[in-house]
Amino acid sequence: MTTARLPRDLHPLAWWMWALGLAAAASMTTNPLVLLLVVAIASLVVALRHGDHPWARAFRLYLWLGLAIVVIRVVFRIVLGGADGTTVLLPLPEIPLPSWAAGIRVLGPVTSEAVLAGLYDGLRLAGIVIAVGAANALANPKRLLKSLPPALYEVGSALVVAVTVLPQIADSVRRVRAARQLRGEPASRWGRLRRLVVPVLEDALERSMRLAAGMDARGYGRAGTSTPQERRATGMLMLVGLIGICVGVYAVLDVTAPRVLAVPMLLVGCGLALAGFVTAGRRVQRSRYRAERWQFTEILVAGCGLVPALTFWAVGRADPLLLHPGVSDVPAVTLPVLLGLLVAALPAIATPPPAQLQVQPARSSAWTHGIGDAAERAPLRQGVR
Amino acid sequence: MIELRGLSFGYDDGDLVMRDIDLVLEDGEFVVVAGRTGVGKSTLLGTFNGLVPQFTGGTLTGDVLVDGESVIDLPPRERAHLVGYVGQDPDAGFVTDTVEEELAYGMEQLGLDAVTMRRRVEETLDLLGLVDLRDRDLSTLSGGQQQRVAIGSVLTMHPRLLVLDEPTSALDSTAAEDVLATLMRLAHDVGITVLIAEHRLERVIPFADRMCLIDGGGGLRVGPPEQMLRHSLVVPPIVALGRLAGWEPLPLSVREARRWVRTWDVELTTPLIPAMGGGRTVVEVRGVTVAHGRRVALQGVDLTLAAGEVTALMGRNGSGKSTLLWTLQGSRPRVGGSVAVDGVDPAAVAPAERRTHAGLVPQTAADLLYLETVAEECAAADEESRTPRGSCRTLLHELVPGIPDDRHPRDLSEGQRLALVLSIVLVAEPGVVLLDEPTRGLDYPGKAALARTLTRLAAEGRAVLVATHDVEFVAEVADRVVVLAEGEVVSSGPTAIVVSETPAFAPQVSKILGPGWLTVAQVAGAMS
Repeated sequence: MTTARLPRDLHPLAWWMWALGLAAAASMTTNPLVLLLVVAIASLVVALRHGDHPWARAFRLYLWLGLAIVVIRVVFRIVLGGADGTTVLLPLPEIPLPSWAAGIRVLGPVTSEAVLAGLYDGLRLAGIVIAVGAANALANPKRLLKSLPPALYEVGSALVVAVTVLPQIADSVRRVRAARQLRGEPASRWGRLRRLVVPVLEDALERSMRLAAGMDARGYGRAGTSTPQERRATGMLMLVGLIGICVGVYAVLDVTAPRVLAVPMLLVGCGLALAGFVTAGRRVQRSRYRAERWQFTEILVAGCGLVPALTFWAVGRADPLLLHPGVSDVPAVTLPVLLGLLVAALPAIATPPPAQLQVQPARSSAWTHGIGDAAERAPLRQGVR
Repeated sequence: MIELRGLSFGYDDGDLVMRDIDLVLEDGEFVVVAGRTGVGKSTLLGTFNGLVPQFTGGTLTGDVLVDGESVIDLPPRERAHLVGYVGQDPDAGFVTDTVEEELAYGMEQLGLDAVTMRRRVEETLDLLGLVDLRDRDLSTLSGGQQQRVAIGSVLTMHPRLLVLDEPTSALDSTAAEDVLATLMRLAHDVGITVLIAEHRLERVIPFADRMCLIDGGGGLRVGPPEQMLRHSLVVPPIVALGRLAGWEPLPLSVREARRWVRTWDVELTTPLIPAMGGGRTVVEVRGVTVAHGRRVALQGVDLTLAAGEVTALMGRNGSGKSTLLWTLQGSRPRVGGSVAVDGVDPAAVAPAERRTHAGLVPQTAADLLYLETVAEECAAADEESRTPRGSCRTLLHELVPGIPDDRHPRDLSEGQRLALVLSIVLVAEPGVVLLDEPTRGLDYPGKAALARTLTRLAAEGRAVLVATHDVEFVAEVADRVVVLAEGEVVSSGPTAIVVSETPAFAPQVSKILGPGWLTVAQVAGAMS
């Protein structure tokens, strides 16, 4: 076993690039077979390479969410049935609507074409959602935020804190709801709402004040070594750069705008913003503890995610019907599409396994009840880094 | 050397909280700050790292010096490498997910290089005994472990002074000892100055080199603990006993006191254990089992509570105390067993009727409060429980007289807020009163007042069950003790017998004078 195969956590950005590539591929097709393959690949990679952080366990939720999306799409197609298609599966009567609702149809004959169109469409959305869910399971989103460039550190920290606060608020709501029945319910609806909201908000506010004080006391937001002039210069670079990007994007999308405002402006804007980032990052006096290194495997993973997106883009140009089959034809898969997708499955075996618990801790108790002796009894984690 | 020089602090609308304070802390000293609740202990601690006045408002005058250099104008973040601050609730201050990242966070802010950070993290893991926990998620740690991580997370910045605001208030006695032993090692071996505020002086006094006593007027007196405690208003039982017996110098540890006892010529007859029972059975619990998911929280618990008795429920964090209280209240579903309060199963009746059987004051009592003034809260409670107007206010006045009607519940002291919640619960006239960790944040006089309240509630014919870690409070108030471990009752019986069986639960007086003794008041009674 070479060092490259020893268990370690990959750079989170690599997994996110891989997953976004897969999601982009999914967005380019409505072919159900291809989309099912995308979901299968995402699930396979997650099954073999997920970490042990709480987010990893949320992947099942994404799968259920995908299923729900498909079901909802199909049900909508049936209820608000399109008139398209001739193959009637179920001759439902149409519900007559008043004249002002012209253009809206409720029920009516269910055709296989309508159901299939809903199914294909739903599958596409589900594929995108599941691909993003895979990224969540494979790389802790908090670690991703921590790898942001130094200039975005504050934004990243704010997001991390926001993510952390959510479960705390859920806990707070649960506690206050439990406490609610210890005294009676106020008679009015407004009173009942207030009864729940006021203690939860007070609790959240107090927590955030304590956290802010704690972070401040530990040096968060220490001034760097920059002078006011440097800070002003950075601000100007960022601002002008952003304006440039805005104008550029507008001109690119609006074909009537002068061409000199399009791509050149966009490039200049991006350049200025980048310069602003670099100078802002330079004045930040902060370091990263055990930052993940970007190694060959990371490049491989990111690349494997991009391959299906590029393949689908090429295939879509040459043979649009393959990726968007009509509802009356049998969908098919060709060799290039299959190969492109199989490359995306490569990380499941080509990457080192994640640094993992040798023994899984007792989950339910530790996760749902916070501090407690059950947590102490849980087998100690022996990191294998 | 860290120095406060002529420091005064006051809020813009009121009197001075601190008045012209001078204090010099030498390297490697262990200093305890004591005083009644609300005299400004936290304010004093906050001035060292700048949280006061940055996060509190108000005006601070005077000077704070580190090695002769003034730091009073620096915000907390610029003092992070000089002063490490650890609050009451470590969980609220965590920024990251895992132990290792949390230890590194402060150093990242200081911009230390990767090699130094790695070395210091490893050192700190060893120093605080956290090696086995390094990759653990912070939310899965026990309270004591979390507190040690919080201490470690400021230690990695190599501060000169470690400031701790009631670091053990949420911990059971074993975890608290663990944390305090760690702090003492830091002061003695590493040479870090430790400044600690604590209500439960019995826990910290044996470690202290010096003691700061804040009096009501904002002044500060500093001296060796045995000298300061001679006239202090807040004293641990051991010192109260020493004062009573006239031991000089005052004993500060159980060991010293035992030495005094050997030469003590006063004859004491061990108090009789009061006869049990007699009261009407209010609560009857048989074989109750409760599960959270797959984890068994309570396993076959039997319990009987009689009218007129105060029962203490003890056990380490997570042993099922809160679960048992909520099960008795009726809202936690049982897997098996039966609960009868006044002959009724509270789980089988509507919440409104439950309250007339079992009243519960939860751990965060403020969860029950949502209105702007004390008077509104009381009026709402009367309406909710359909009792005559003014009954709740009358109850509150009986428990704690003199709380102004127009005060916001958030502005009350811990003891007053507890009394308010207790009267809201009592207005439904429950047969059993359940309290979850009510002594948190109360000082000795506050606890004594609560003890009187509970004794009175029991005397009025109710059964009282109070879950607590505080052994001295148990010695003061409880007739019976039930000890839970891993969801099972491991011992139960009269207080004097149960607490003397287990050293971790024995109050100081019992450790000094032997089994049978519980409080200083008993000794005083036996002497006269």
